[in-house]
Amino acid sequence: MSDIAISVENLSKSYLVGHNSAKAERYTALRDVIANNARNLARKTRDMFQGKAIVQGDEVEEFWALKDLSFDIKQGDRVGIIGRNGAGKSTLLKILSRITEPTSGRIKINGRVASLLEVGTGFHPELTGRENIFLNGAILGMSRNEIQRKFDEIVAFAEVERFLDTPVKRYSSGMYVRLAFAVAAHLESEILIVDEVLAVGDADFQKKCLGKMEGISKGGRTVILVSHNMSAVKNLSTSVILLKNGHVEGIGSPEEMANSYLRISRDATSEISLINLNKPHISKVGLYNSVQEEVLAANSNDEAFIFFRIKTYSEKRLVFGFTIYNSEDVGLFSGITSDATEFISDTCKEFTIKIPIDLLNPGQYRLEGALSSNGVTIEQNECYCTFDVHRAGQFDFKNGKAKGFFRLSNDWNFKK
Amino acid sequence: MTQQTLIIENGLAERHYWRDLWRYRELFLVLAWRDVSVRYKQTVIGLVWALIQPLLTMVVFTVIFGKIAKLPTEGVAPYALLVYAGLLPWQFFASSLSGASNSISGNANLIGKVYFPRLIVPTAAIVVSFVDFMISFVILIGLMLWYQFMPGWQILTLPLFVVMAFLASIGPGLWITSLNVKYRDFRYIIPFMVQFGLYVSPVGFSSGVVPEEWRLLYSLNPVVGVIDGFRWAILGGESRLYWPGFALSWALIVFFLWLGIKKFRQMEKSFADLI
Repeated sequence: MSDIAISVENLSKSYLVGHNSAKAERYTALRDVIANNARNLARKTRDMFQGKAIVQGDEVEEFWALKDLSFDIKQGDRVGIIGRNGAGKSTLLKILSRITEPTSGRIKINGRVASLLEVGTGFHPELTGRENIFLNGAILGMSRNEIQRKFDEIVAFAEVERFLDTPVKRYSSGMYVRLAFAVAAHLESEILIVDEVLAVGDADFQKKCLGKMEGISKGGRTVILVSHNMSAVKNLSTSVILLKNGHVEGIGSPEEMANSYLRISRDATSEISLINLNKPHISKVGLYNSVQEEVLAANSNDEAFIFFRIKTYSEKRLVFGFTIYNSEDVGLFSGITSDATEFISDTCKEFTIKIPIDLLNPGQYRLEGALSSNGVTIEQNECYCTFDVHRAGQFDFKNGKAKGFFRLSNDWNFKK
Repeated sequence: MTQQTLIIENGLAERHYWRDLWRYRELFLVLAWRDVSVRYKQTVIGLVWALIQPLLTMVVFTVIFGKIAKLPTEGVAPYALLVYAGLLPWQFFASSLSGASNSISGNANLIGKVYFPRLIVPTAAIVVSFVDFMISFVILIGLMLWYQFMPGWQILTLPLFVVMAFLASIGPGLWITSLNVKYRDFRYIIPFMVQFGLYVSPVGFSSGVVPEEWRLLYSLNPVVGVIDGFRWAILGGESRLYWPGFALSWALIVFFLWLGIKKFRQMEKSFADLI
């Protein structure tokens, strides 16, 4: 028996996507509509006779959701998969769980796979909790005996004893999710695939789920987890695969990959600016210290500014807004230029805003923003820049994490 | 637990497909049970719906075809019984077809999130129609008592024809199901086909009224063979089987079964991408 649980070789998956080329036109003439529809009908009929699927729109393009993916996952590993929206995470999971088939490439899986791509798949609102446990179990591939054997355990884990004979449509969303996760967590499989499910339930239950998943993997089972939540990935995984535009950008330790993830997001900025060269755009964003030097990290007892450089061209009525997020994707501060001046003037090339860095806990932060002209968004970016905050004289709570989002440190007053 | 190795590749036929299907047999039962138990929830008269529909159709057909058009019955069998013996398999066939064809899109959330042999979904839908079919049998027994009609030994062969009706429904059901996923046009075609088929198939009349030279051509509709078989079994000596047509029906049923399973299996891997 080899110790490789999943081996992926040159995996690719393509989809056909359709566009409407006519959308760009300003006026639609009836003549054009009829001509377009006739062309569409002809193409769809041809596709149908060739046995192809119907694609809406009049221009069809091949889109590679995954391109040449290769990696191995060892038995007992807890692997996190991260990447921006559209990087191919969900497609990869769907192929691994055999929901859809790859266009080319090969996957070898040793062991039974249980995938949990959604909490409560197949739950029927009209059926009772008890009935849904059996239904959901069967859908996930458990036998009736297996479910019966674990029934009490599942019910206890989900904490729904009193409502077992109530239709689940009367459940609170928390109960619903707890029940659903409980069934899935008791699945006996060598490989467990989980997608974003921890984003639900209250904090206590999330903790319970994390504990359960850690237990699962300690028992020698392999866990694959996809999430946007960096702290969940860092807590749970032993290694991380970072996807970007359908290929593997890197495989490594959770910390390393989380940093690369943020870097990727930052790199995406330059790409976007290039596209919008002839429109107003933000050409540079950075953290500056009190003497106007760009820095990547700041000390919480320094002064810190966010610096923006803008290309205005002749567009009028520009407004820029931003939000600063911490590493757990919680938005902490927002700012908008219209608080200070109605519109950014044509002649403006640079602007800065001071941020209360003394309030920030040590850690990594990212800045998201959007530029609008006449009320229409013309540029938007999830990550204009990232920066670190350091703090002298650590007093961190255990686990290296402070409890609050902010830290009050300057205005202590001790009386005698 | 035994370690099994699974290989995923494009177009690779599932080597363990039929074994998987067997392993998921409980899901098949559970899905069928779910649909049956949900079917009549929050209705006032519940199961009675499964009785009212065929009963009223039977009354209307008996009046129109038997009393107004004065079409001949088979032997001395009461016209109502003749209609009902045809209506039973037809309703099963029709509701299987529409049930199966909508089953994949109706279970889209399952298909998109979990793996199991997709064949289970439309087949479970057909089982739901089968439950309704069994319920409407009650009316048949009631009718026989009402007319004091004693069936012959042929009634013992009825299970055979029930199996035939089942097979006749699965084949076209699977084919249309897979087509319906890809081309939603079939969502509009099926209700029309079902309505149309009710008059084209010998439901309201005996297939004996079809002129002899057209009989074989008429039997190209596989439901004709099923209905004739039902009448033969239920009405006993009063109905005669048209053997060439009956054999043709069987051939067609087997052909559709093969075609349906083949097409369905070709398509099922792309279901998740299409719905």
